[in-house]
Amino acid sequence: MSVTSPLAYDSKVEGNVIFTRLDAAINWMRGNSLWPMPMGLACCAIELMAASSARFDISRFGAEVMRFSPRQSDVMIVAGTVTYKMAYAVKRIWDQMPEPKWCIAMGACASSGGMYRSYAVLQGIDQLLPVDVYISGCPPRPEALLDGLMKLQHKIMGEHALADQHKQYAEA
Amino acid sequence: MDPAANTLDEKFPGAVLEKKEFRGETSVSVRLDAVRDIARFCRDTLGFDYLLDLTSIDHFGSEPRWEVACELYSMSEGRHLRLKYSMNENEPEAPTLTDIWPAADWHEREAYDMMGIRFKGHPDLRRILMWDGYPHYPLRKDFPLEGLPTDVPQVAFTSVAPLQGGPFVTAPTDGTTQVREPRAHHLPPLPPKEKFIAEP
Repeated sequence: MSVTSPLAYDSKVEGNVIFTRLDAAINWMRGNSLWPMPMGLACCAIELMAASSARFDISRFGAEVMRFSPRQSDVMIVAGTVTYKMAYAVKRIWDQMPEPKWCIAMGACASSGGMYRSYAVLQGIDQLLPVDVYISGCPPRPEALLDGLMKLQHKIMGEHALADQHKQYAEA
Repeated sequence: MDPAANTLDEKFPGAVLEKKEFRGETSVSVRLDAVRDIARFCRDTLGFDYLLDLTSIDHFGSEPRWEVACELYSMSEGRHLRLKYSMNENEPEAPTLTDIWPAADWHEREAYDMMGIRFKGHPDLRRILMWDGYPHYPLRKDFPLEGLPTDVPQVAFTSVAPLQGGPFVTAPTDGTTQVREPRAHHLPPLPPKEKFIAEP
């Protein structure tokens, strides 16, 4: 007795096969499942938490899986003031993240040192890491972080998925 | 004036250099070699059993340059007393108070870290905010706000922060905003930083 079910595997191909470029498929998967490494160092981290909560809901963009282990992360969100004492620790965590990886400098401090023109504060995390997206604001609103995340997704869609993903950047 | 100031003066003749009252707060400046005896007397006899704060002051350009101020508090009577002692510029060394008030431990480490005052007899005199190997004392008046370039390999580096383009400093004067908030006009403007900006 044979029973046909609509849930079973349909050997007929219509509707189940998609033709696309490999780059586009891989980048689409990467871009929509960015697992962040929340490098929360100051008040920006509070906005980062707000962005992942119900009202703003960063999971709409596939980035809700905050990983506190760098080995499982795709994008480091540097949220806050990077002091010189913390700088090499951030760099060490970045070095442990597997390729491909991206970096978002969230807020004025992570982007440029912000208002801390001081002996103790690194003047921008881009002195140590290759930053993909800078987000302005002090701190930025969660919408700004989501916008930055979407910018990063656009950027990922333009990359060569199978090329060497090691980030090269010019020393300042 | 708090009666404790006069008690100290009678008990330690010659050791109390100055007694001062300002807005109900009593400050007593004492000789450096009598600090520990006076502190112990304050705690055991006068009842100042709680060290609220210990901090350091840089009187740059005058002698004695270094000064340490201790804020004492009596839990049972609710009284405050400020104890001060000074050091000359070339010998920033003071006796520790950690065995009298254990709370002095981290405060003295901070004073050592930021001002470079060494506390003789301190059990663990390491830097507390900056890292071991950092060669400067940032809260000294002759240390520039923008910092100095340093490098301790594998630990931390510092470089000079740009002060162009913003009022990052305020000067204590009643002049105009231009005077109060110098915008580093004497420095050339920064070259524009080349950064990659993704197309939207």
